Amino acid sequence: MSNLLQFSISEALSLLEKKEFSTKELVDTYINAIEKTKDLNMYLTTCFDQALEQAKISDQNYLNGSQRFLEGIPLGVKDMFCTKGIETTASSKILKKFIPTYESTVTQNLWNQGAINLGKLSCDEFAMGSSNETAAKGDVINPWNFEEKRTPGGSSGGSAAAVAAKAALAATGTDTGGSIRQPAAFCGVVGLKPTYGRCSRWGIVAFASSLDQAGPITRNVSDAALMLQVMCGYDPKDSTSSNKNVPNFYNDLGKSIKGIKIGIPEEYNSDGISSDILNAKDMTINFLKENGAEIIPVKLPLTKYSLPVYYIVAPAEASSNLARYDGVRYGARIGGNSLDEMYENTRNLGFGDEVKRRIMIGTYVLSSGYYDAYYLKAQKVRRLIKNEFTEIFKQVDYLVTPTTPTTAFKLGSTQDLLTMYLNDVFTVPASLAGIPGISIPIKLDNNKLPVGIQILGKDFDEQGLLNVANVIESCASFKDTPNGVAS
Amino acid sequence: MSNKSKIDLETLKKLGKLSRIPIDEKGSNELMKDLNEIIGFIEQLNEVDTESVNPLSSVTGHNLPIREDVVDDGNKNNDVLENAPEKKSGYFVVPKVIE
Repeated sequence: MSNLLQFSISEALSLLEKKEFSTKELVDTYINAIEKTKDLNMYLTTCFDQALEQAKISDQNYLNGSQRFLEGIPLGVKDMFCTKGIETTASSKILKKFIPTYESTVTQNLWNQGAINLGKLSCDEFAMGSSNETAAKGDVINPWNFEEKRTPGGSSGGSAAAVAAKAALAATGTDTGGSIRQPAAFCGVVGLKPTYGRCSRWGIVAFASSLDQAGPITRNVSDAALMLQVMCGYDPKDSTSSNKNVPNFYNDLGKSIKGIKIGIPEEYNSDGISSDILNAKDMTINFLKENGAEIIPVKLPLTKYSLPVYYIVAPAEASSNLARYDGVRYGARIGGNSLDEMYENTRNLGFGDEVKRRIMIGTYVLSSGYYDAYYLKAQKVRRLIKNEFTEIFKQVDYLVTPTTPTTAFKLGSTQDLLTMYLNDVFTVPASLAGIPGISIPIKLDNNKLPVGIQILGKDFDEQGLLNVANVIESCASFKDTPNGVAS
Repeated sequence: MSNKSKIDLETLKKLGKLSRIPIDEKGSNELMKDLNEIIGFIEQLNEVDTESVNPLSSVTGHNLPIREDVVDDGNKNNDVLENAPEKKSGYFVVPKVIE
């Protein structure tokens, strides 16, 4: 059998069913690929023995004809998902040696359908970052032009890089302000942030609870449909989980987009956006027109306030969520003479600089005397932003925008905080509104780096998003692979 | 609101106290600069008229679900303590809090 790494999930499933190769062979191939791409620093923990045990079960199931929906598909898991018996650190020193006694709902859903865990993937510490540079275990290197040491994006940088480098067939990610879509764009893969509530947050390390959402990072749109189908669904253990019916995303792919209305928001066009990215947007608009969609320029004037809202709401929720890291119940403890001293020593050495900054900002905007001016104000503007999307979706079915203002930058090149935050300028609005978004690769820029385009849709219309993405994907025919790929 | 620094050393120390993150004198200037830069950025929101707008705390649009008050889980004492850095006789251990 030729190189097994080349197959997408749907191809691998059909070849496994035909016994063209075994799950064990597939898992072995991926283990080998992970070893070969070690220099990219993507995996924090691997669980190969367990993966090979699971492969035996999968092969037995194929033999019996009792294979499950994702039987034998080897995946990487962002280190924000708690995995039973496997160290889960959220890329933070404060959770070093934390071995959960339970499994997150989303990953359990995947294992229940036969998917196999290869290991845990690096991310920004507590998913706070846009370059994976805040990870306790160091930088992840983007497999594109890997010798130039560029960022894979963040916070799901390890996930996006591993899928691009073929060190996982697909991966899970989490997205609070763009953490699935931005790294997917930087690494030339597909990243889908579902509607808030689609995937259970239970067992995912909490960052900003009103924004956090899990989603798949995959090589193509149909793989995203397969993964999403298994990952999402109602969970009584998450009170914000939606009980809406989960469609058969994969089977319903391929619908025509003739006559659908696509809005192009003029505000998604920041200063300094590269001409390659604008060109990718124009190419996408042409693909959509060729397929009979109607293109409508629209205005979303509140777009520029999304980042300021985000940098109040997310740190506020984070400061509260991260209060649990106290050196008492799990993770690291640095001793002290009093309880308070122990808390302070533990948190001082356990948290990195970006996490500390966000906890401080969150504490400030929630503190007495500032709550109304900052936190409540941000929640009000968040309402207006949500309303603006609701109104625009009365005129159009989907919005198409660039995913990011730039392509992958060099590691260490962005020292300025606000410049780093601006990475998420096109992805944060959808997070605030809770609507679904997907990023798909369109082309390479001048530096041979991938450019992503984002599609946004109405609440719970992931099916429609996937259909539009599917059309764009087949027109763009993005087939390039990075040089830092396993083979 | 004005552009002058919102977070001075005193405020910074208070935030450090509230969040149990000690402020070391060496790095405090850098941290203050960063925090004030972020505060300056988020204050753009003052340009938006939010008179009579209800704050949005959840986008789900549904009320929190209510269930019967019955035990459906439990006996997790060992699980809960499993990762504790220090434990004794089924309890978490912390530094002495009373003299």
